[in-house]
Amino acid sequence: MNYDWSWTVFVDLSSNGVDTYLYTLLMGVGWTLALSLSAGVISLFFGSIVAVLRTAPSVWLHFIGTVYVEIFRNIPLLVQMFLWYFVLPEVLPKDWGDALKQMGQPWGQFIPAVLCLSFYGTARLAETLRAGIQSLPRGQGQAGTAMGLTPLQVYRYVIMPQAYRIVIPPLTSEFMGIVKYSSVALTIGLLELTGQARAMQEFSFHIFEAFSAATAGYLAINGCVVMAMHYLERHFALPGRIGWKARMKLSGSAS
Amino acid sequence: MIEFNNVSKWYGEFQVLDNCTTHVSKGEVVVVCGPSGSGKSTLIKTVNALEPFEKGTVWVNGISVGDAKTDLPKLRARAGMVFQHFELFPHLSVTENLCMGQIKVLKRNPEEAKAKAHALLDRVGLLAHKDKHPGMLSGGQQQRVAIARALSMDPMVMLFDEPTSALDPEMVNEVLDVMSDLAREGMTMMVVTHEMGFARRVADRVIFMDGGKIIEDCATSEFFDNADARSERTRLFLSKILQH
Ligand SMILES: Nc1ncnc2c1ncn2[C@@H]1O[C@H](COP(=O)(O)OP(=O)(O)OP(=O)(O)O)[C@@H](O)[C@H]1O
Ligand SMILES: [Mg+2]
Repeated sequence: MNYDWSWTVFVDLSSNGVDTYLYTLLMGVGWTLALSLSAGVISLFFGSIVAVLRTAPSVWLHFIGTVYVEIFRNIPLLVQMFLWYFVLPEVLPKDWGDALKQMGQPWGQFIPAVLCLSFYGTARLAETLRAGIQSLPRGQGQAGTAMGLTPLQVYRYVIMPQAYRIVIPPLTSEFMGIVKYSSVALTIGLLELTGQARAMQEFSFHIFEAFSAATAGYLAINGCVVMAMHYLERHFALPGRIGWKARMKLSGSAS
Repeated sequence: MIEFNNVSKWYGEFQVLDNCTTHVSKGEVVVVCGPSGSGKSTLIKTVNALEPFEKGTVWVNGISVGDAKTDLPKLRARAGMVFQHFELFPHLSVTENLCMGQIKVLKRNPEEAKAKAHALLDRVGLLAHKDKHPGMLSGGQQQRVAIARALSMDPMVMLFDEPTSALDPEMVNEVLDVMSDLAREGMTMMVVTHEMGFARRVADRVIFMDGGKIIEDCATSEFFDNADARSERTRLFLSKILQH
């Protein structure tokens, strides 16, 4: 193979003639982080609400939750990305649509991408959380209800604090998934990490270096996700339950 | 205090409660027994509307449970319930378990709630464990905490659904002792249990259920000592349960 390896390519000037590739790649990391973090937080919030709807005793609430999840979980993410980017501005009232189209780089791409990943993430996190809620003994909800808590208070103070703890491991995979899915935003022109790596490859022909850098970037981001979630898992571990021993070992006190 | 009038409930075709009529007076202790699946849990859970029913009425202190206008959370706050599997909230400390209802439902201020919680823990002999989580306590201790939690709401009636049947034998008595004390202090209680020794000592009346029907409803001494007047079904049940 005739390939001219050169790690110094990162300090060469990029296509904009001002910044180095290292800088544009780091900008890409920044957008990937911004996109994943926004989508993750929004998905967790709305995913919790949809999970509650899915487990509510009311047939109607349950139906609404189910329809939402099935729609957004079953359409390919790439198609959803195109719908948010190309179709949404056309179906909105004209001045809203025009405003979206005129926003330009990068917000014109960032906002549809956040919407897309959040709607999709909400459906996925709702399913994860629903499994957590349903794994709790039925008596927990009854005990809360029996002491006079309203249904919302039962979710708020009894069910959800336990459900979040239970789903931390699958939630970790979901958050890592959001980081990985964020690369789909490249298709609508957002220069997140994959987008920047591709731009670098196209301009410099250093495809291996470019995607080695992208790989390292994703590994680093998801490594942080894993560590943060491990920390949360230990921090919120309950006495006498799984994870408690690890927490005790870490903090050095005996139980 | 509690009045059941012709209460019936169905799960589809299956009738769980069949025209149940009985009452619990103020200060009375009523034990409900019967074979598994006879509807005991369902009957006591109609009192705090954990189980809705299709026919009949249940009155608690003059309030109709089945009435759509009844403020159920308010009614439930006055009826303490103790479950077979304790159902303490594992993510909260023992004290927090006792404060939750007081603060969120009764709107007591946290200081007051905590003082009350500690007084009740002292009363069930668990003040030393006030800061532990339920997962670190034995079954008997957890059930005593659960009783204290129910008492923290100053209930006018206490409902117990097989409070000792998930416990190791050596822990049964510590829970029954707390319940006996409560009864002695005049608490109105409805207790689903198979502890016939407890029923004989503490109960004023015994209800025997089978197939969703109330088969026997009589004074404790009558229930245990006048075997000839009992139905065949009751005698069979008692002979099985009193063997050991
Ligand atoms: N959600 C439900 N759907 C259908 N049937 C139910 C449901 N819940 C309870 N049942 C049935 O109703 C009957 C009465 O139940 P219940 O729990 O009141 O009995 P129990 O006397 O408390 O029995 P146990 O001693 O086992 O607790 C049982 O036959 C049970 O199978
Ligand atoms: Mg039962």
